[in-house]
Amino acid sequence: MIEFVQDNEERIFQALDQDVGKHPVEAYRDEVGVVAKSAKLSLSCVEKWMAPRKGDLPLVFFPASAQVMPEPFGVVLIMGSWNFPISLTLDPLIAAISAGNAVVLKPSELSPTCSSFLAENIPKYLDPKSIKVIEGGIDVCEQLLQQKWDKIFFTGSQRVGRIVMTAAAQHLTPVTLELGGKSPAIMDSSSNPTNMKVIAKRIVGAKWGSCSGQACIAIDYLLVEERFASDLIDLLAKTIKQFYGENPRESKSYCKIVNKNNFKRLLDLLKDPLVEASVAYGGSVDEEKMYIEPTILLNPPLDSQIMTEEIFGPLLPIITLDDIYESIDFISSRPKPLAIYAFTRDEKFKKQILSRTSSGSVTFNDTLLQFLCDSLPFGGVGQSGFGRYHGKYSFDTFSHEKAILQRGFFPELEPRYPPWNSFKLHFIKLAYAFNYIGLILLLLGLKK
Amino acid sequence: MATTEEGKTVFDVEAANVLSKELRDVFASGKTRSYEWRISQLKSIVKMCDEHEEDIADALRQDLSKPQLESIVYELTMVKNSCTLAIKELKHWMMPEKAKTSLTTFPSSAEIMSEPLGAVLIISAWNYPFLLSLDPLVAAIAAGNAMVLKPSELAPASSSLLAKLLPKYLDCCSIKVVEGAVSETCALLEQKWDKIFYTGNGRVGRIVMAAAAKYLTPVVLELGGKSPVVVDSDIDIQVATRRIIVGKWGCNNGQACISPDYIITTKDCAEKLVDSLKKELEAFYGKNPLESKDLSRIVNSDHYARLTNLLDEDKVSGKIVYGGERNEANLRIAPTILLGVPQNSLIMKEEIFGPLLPILTVSKIEDSFDIINSGTKPLAAYLFTNNKKLKQQFLMSVSAGGVVINDTALHLTVHSLPFGGVGESGMGSYHGKFSFDAFTHKKAVVYRSFVGDASVRYPPYTRGKLRLMRALITGNVWTILRALLGWS
Repeated sequence: MIEFVQDNEERIFQALDQDVGKHPVEAYRDEVGVVAKSAKLSLSCVEKWMAPRKGDLPLVFFPASAQVMPEPFGVVLIMGSWNFPISLTLDPLIAAISAGNAVVLKPSELSPTCSSFLAENIPKYLDPKSIKVIEGGIDVCEQLLQQKWDKIFFTGSQRVGRIVMTAAAQHLTPVTLELGGKSPAIMDSSSNPTNMKVIAKRIVGAKWGSCSGQACIAIDYLLVEERFASDLIDLLAKTIKQFYGENPRESKSYCKIVNKNNFKRLLDLLKDPLVEASVAYGGSVDEEKMYIEPTILLNPPLDSQIMTEEIFGPLLPIITLDDIYESIDFISSRPKPLAIYAFTRDEKFKKQILSRTSSGSVTFNDTLLQFLCDSLPFGGVGQSGFGRYHGKYSFDTFSHEKAILQRGFFPELEPRYPPWNSFKLHFIKLAYAFNYIGLILLLLGLKK
Repeated sequence: MATTEEGKTVFDVEAANVLSKELRDVFASGKTRSYEWRISQLKSIVKMCDEHEEDIADALRQDLSKPQLESIVYELTMVKNSCTLAIKELKHWMMPEKAKTSLTTFPSSAEIMSEPLGAVLIISAWNYPFLLSLDPLVAAIAAGNAMVLKPSELAPASSSLLAKLLPKYLDCCSIKVVEGAVSETCALLEQKWDKIFYTGNGRVGRIVMAAAAKYLTPVVLELGGKSPVVVDSDIDIQVATRRIIVGKWGCNNGQACISPDYIITTKDCAEKLVDSLKKELEAFYGKNPLESKDLSRIVNSDHYARLTNLLDEDKVSGKIVYGGERNEANLRIAPTILLGVPQNSLIMKEEIFGPLLPILTVSKIEDSFDIINSGTKPLAAYLFTNNKKLKQQFLMSVSAGGVVINDTALHLTVHSLPFGGVGESGMGSYHGKFSFDAFTHKKAVVYRSFVGDASVRYPPYTRGKLRLMRALITGNVWTILRALLGWS
């Protein structure tokens, strides 16, 4: 896998440019680099991960040993997504391989160049008998899902997630669902007066810098106190210009919308007259180039589609609040997102965010970084999915933890066996409570 | 709740909806999250078990004629142990776990926070109606959730005792009990839950998971399967026999998910084993086991009919070498051993879940692996041997929820081992810390400051940024320095 990535870096860059117009830097940061890093980490840790772990045992069992032994599930199915067609396909593959499974990989048909690139080249680098790449659309997915798998790992939308889990239920197959959701960013301006520039960069980076907002951990909407809203919009606009120039349409650093369907979906979000009226920056589109300008909306109606559905594109609604503490109720009254970002220096506020909202992850004062931490589990909760991966969690996701207890034949504890009487009952009660002194007294006949 | 003609209230979808909303509101209030709430509920469960030991044993006697010792040891003591462990460890379990951060994200700190999932549904089974209801309940409480418990309608005395006792001892706003059968369960399954914990069979497991898919709810399925016992010839046969007997008939007369389902042994060992089983069974349960007070009865007439069907199949009925006695009037079936049943018989295709124990013979003990692996993955696999190599082979080639060498069923009582199935025997695990984790979301938290903002992260992108990015992601200090200095 490491070789595959090294040899094919340029070709991967080209494929990504073709499918979603990703710049090589972005492609390296979000795709090639992620895969290389993950493969290297697995390589250096897999021996440690595979080793059985000892479990503690109470003395009554003596002599005995307890172990937890990771065991591969068997034959697993991985369904990738189109927004990060390399990393979100190959990172789970690395996980499944580390855990020792045979794998069928189904790249997304919506990123056709990457899909066929993987289908063509993976068999050249990896054992083609144990790792198969199957290309295709919905009909192929349906056929694959009818088969019995020992694990299914799916990255994508909630709608398809439900279909995958329903199909998995027929065979009692465990699933990991990596979905998305409306990930909010909270901007507590009053506690952060001096760092506005850095914050603006991090917000723009997390909205438009990652596949033009077509990322599951991209910022979906922004919460800010009313009095800071217009300053924030100005600053964001400035940062956008700094990143993508006066005309982002020409920028090589800005991704296109993946396909016509998504382009139309995003335009529909904007079409609602009340939403259209709320556009505060940007809003221009070019259908030929599948381009939508970085767009900021100020207070679109909360019941409009743009605020009820995951946006997954370069539109950023800003919702203003009287007091930034209201953001906690705002978030917790909606489905659980995959990520929450909060820019604040207020420790009390941080604590409240952590304890009163639920999300896959919380990142303070930055964006997207949680994805890069191998020591952190990456995955959703509630509507944003379940199951987790990255680092050791990747290995665990594709392993069954087999419990093992080993005993000798001696000594035998007579009271374990029927016919039952009150002495035996007493004995076992004490043994369960690990009351060894009581046990000795009982055996000596000193205790009733 | 709707009302029937007889004036009885019915638990329908609407009632289930109200109930789930109530639980959701309680959870949102934050009440169940506090350490104090969790501890007080756990202590109350211990108190309930202590104060109602007799009532619980009585209910189990009514439902299953379960021997008092089994009731107290396998149901009550196990639950109390789970509570004691949770009370002792909870602070530690709840603490956020520090996570290492890499150079890539420097300067930063990270932790993993254990967060309750929300409102959860626990559907339990009839064979250990207290243990399999209260043990997951303890887990859900320890993790700080609001919950509803649906005990099995097939153990009615236990179910109604739980419905009576739990509201008396536990916070009845956050912990609800719904009694009922299929329609009540369906009504509950139509609601959105944050976790469903189901103990039972694969058929219903599929229904539960498909229902959960509608709301993307994660599930734990504790199912069963045909758990094999492989008996090698080089062992202390008497000890092995006795350990098999307590695991099989001594656990609710074979009606347990980890109960040995069948034995595989070598041809020359089979006779010795059968003799030893006969001898020890008689020592344990007397000459007339149908009268023994130390054996549970079959739970109901449906299961009685299912089991006698297995026995009465043409190619099976002639294979009984011990037992076979039955009494339909009081739903009793004696411990029964069958030798050499064909592998295509019903008794070898279905999970037996009763007092029948078929023995298969192979010429080489290693052949047993193929027999086991030709079926679905069982919840437990047992091996009796002194042969180190065989042990290793068994561990490597047999997949099961848990494996016990030279004993049966004991792994259930070890808190440091995860208890749960794989494949057809289920998914997810619990016991000890695993119980807490089963009802917990692991939230990743990253703290950053505003220094150390590398412009390389941001557009406009250049080739130089690509070099630096490569260095940063690999996290190698020297490569980073080189890239910064423009050397690479």
